[in-house]
Amino acid sequence: MPNMSLEKTKMPEQAPEVRNKNFEEVALGYTAEMAKEEASRCLNCKNMPCVAGCPVNVQIPQFIALVAEGKFEEGYQKIAETSTLPAICGRVCPQESQCEGKCVRGVKGESVGIGRLERFCADWHMEHSTEKPKKAESNGHKVAVLGAGPASLTCASDLVQLGYDVTMLEAFHAAGGVLIYGIPEFRLPKAIVAKEVENLEAMGVKIQTNVVVGKSVSIEDLMKEEGYEAVFIGTGAGLPSFMGIEGENLNGVFSANEYLTRINLMKAYDGKHDTPIFHAKKVAVVGGGNVAMDAARCAKRMGADVSIVYRRGLEELPARKEEVHHAMEEGIEFKVLNNPVKILGDDKGWVTGMEVVKMELGEADASGRRRPIAVEGSNYVMDLDCVIMALGTSPNPILKKSTAGLETNKKGCIEADETGKTSIEGVYAGGDAVTGAATVILAMGAGKTAAKSIDEYIKSKN
Amino acid sequence: MYKILRREDLSSNVVLMDVEAPMVAKKCLPGQFIILRVNEAGERIPLTIAGYDRQKGVITIIFQTVGATTMELAELKEGESIADFVGPLGNPSEIEEFKGKKVAVIGGGLGCAIAWPQAKAIHEAGGTVHMIAGFRSKDIVMLEEEMKACSDKFFCMTDDGTYGEKGLVTNKLEQLINEGENYDAVIAIGPLIMMKFVCLLTKKFDIRTIVSMNPIMIDGTGMCGGCRLTVDGETKFACVDGPDFDGHKVDFDETIRRSRMYFEQETAAREKHACRMEGMKNA
Repeated sequence: MPNMSLEKTKMPEQAPEVRNKNFEEVALGYTAEMAKEEASRCLNCKNMPCVAGCPVNVQIPQFIALVAEGKFEEGYQKIAETSTLPAICGRVCPQESQCEGKCVRGVKGESVGIGRLERFCADWHMEHSTEKPKKAESNGHKVAVLGAGPASLTCASDLVQLGYDVTMLEAFHAAGGVLIYGIPEFRLPKAIVAKEVENLEAMGVKIQTNVVVGKSVSIEDLMKEEGYEAVFIGTGAGLPSFMGIEGENLNGVFSANEYLTRINLMKAYDGKHDTPIFHAKKVAVVGGGNVAMDAARCAKRMGADVSIVYRRGLEELPARKEEVHHAMEEGIEFKVLNNPVKILGDDKGWVTGMEVVKMELGEADASGRRRPIAVEGSNYVMDLDCVIMALGTSPNPILKKSTAGLETNKKGCIEADETGKTSIEGVYAGGDAVTGAATVILAMGAGKTAAKSIDEYIKSKN
Repeated sequence: MYKILRREDLSSNVVLMDVEAPMVAKKCLPGQFIILRVNEAGERIPLTIAGYDRQKGVITIIFQTVGATTMELAELKEGESIADFVGPLGNPSEIEEFKGKKVAVIGGGLGCAIAWPQAKAIHEAGGTVHMIAGFRSKDIVMLEEEMKACSDKFFCMTDDGTYGEKGLVTNKLEQLINEGENYDAVIAIGPLIMMKFVCLLTKKFDIRTIVSMNPIMIDGTGMCGGCRLTVDGETKFACVDGPDFDGHKVDFDETIRRSRMYFEQETAAREKHACRMEGMKNA
């Protein structure tokens, strides 16, 4: 008999007024009892709408049934059949618009907590399993994977399990991409990412850090001189966008990428690392996506008063619902229907405030969302000493410039078809480098698809 | 890890290091830079490549001990290693186009370490090089023989007149122009304030001027946007659009201001580091 509670089993969390002063994980994870209780809410639908909502087709009802029976390791193994990074996805996927969005239980009440159960299984496995990752028998074919974020980690994992000799080339000094420079510790502990990376290495993936492909080595060198038969480009999103308004280069204005990288990758928050961070008192974060929420919640933890400034309404915020909810609980003010006009500074060039205009929503635009229109004469000034711009990114030009024949679209994103194939034979791409800034799970899906295509391509040649 | 093969003090606070980095050495060209991290707790700092040996797989860096990180770096000995060393980053400088042209190359202080390889490359490419090197005082004069060797004319200036001629690099440049030297271009590399005044001068004479920018950055691949500067009214990223720019179009006042973003924290870190070193000496 399923558990017919209309609400998800509550997730234990650090209290808002405690956690907004530390960088430890916010959501503490289910206990075994909680997991079984939540798993028993699943109706085990025959047509499995949730699976259709998952970019990597995790067999959701099957793994949840195993959890309900207390077979946690088996539940993990079921997830691992199709997903490479469950501990990460369980924490950062936008479940409400994917698997959980399709859950029948969500029609009346809350959907099954699929993400929470996925995380539980993955954490259980990490804590209890002593099994070493298996090394597949080598097939002798070399593949280079560029970048070490979610798309690349997934692609490398699938390929190494098929027996390929996989080398990942990463520009930073550590592997993980956005999982380590962008998403903060309190949402995704870096030890979990490190563990996933270690697993890949144990499976045989070689990781070379401090290599910028297009600068340190070219794709042509890799294929013609170094014997790689195929290349996967998973280099992620590129240059941070700015609004083009007056005052954006004042001291105290940062891209979210810079602010988050200083805090997450360079650990500027803990006082034990050398990278400096600006200790702001009043911060406005411009934007409404997950990156904006991450930046706002980091600034809060660094001791600032923080507002989110977003030009559309609360309903339109593109961030994960849970992040918005957590941010609000932590005391971050949401100035929605507000748009920056210019940033103001003192005579020494430091930020003193931001002029903002109020907005109202008009007709739906091309994105299907109602278009924000400025309300004339509603301008006012926010007193601030720091502005963080979280407005997305434009593609990185390095690979395009250094790779003859690599086609990009109008926006500058790498052109790849649905199999991940680019305009160069043997070169595949996926993730933000192709789509522009999107989600971890979509990048993983693309990495998976490309791994399959690369396998087929290399087999067809040999 | 990247091994230090040679370490030499060029002056009281300028150090030269040869670092084993074959991948960087294979590809780098004059004008490009690297980013390094001294150790696991370190920050990432950009340094322009001062020289390279492709066969030996070696990169030469020259740096001034101005902050905690460069002080830590300077304390490393031959045979020890740097945790991270990535490059070559940025776009190479224009060299070939100066074949058969006359160029004034100006280096200020540590900037000479970067101006010298550029001068050398232009000289080897068949350009005429007049080099003006400026230093605050005699005790920090460096690379004089190297610079002389690649210049058709060489002038050393010191602010206090303790070596070479007394005066600023701009005094010498103006004098040369007034004496009838027709330069096709001026390349200025050094402190922001020096580059600003060189540009103000050359603008008056309408001589194309190239400057090399070295702002605050983290990744060096375009991701952080910390290195942004205004060039001709547009925001550019020094790491992917530069580091060389048309000096007449750079907003130097903004760049000078932005370079002081972490001034207080850098000062505190430097003092803390200096204290620790002093403490170790006395212990």
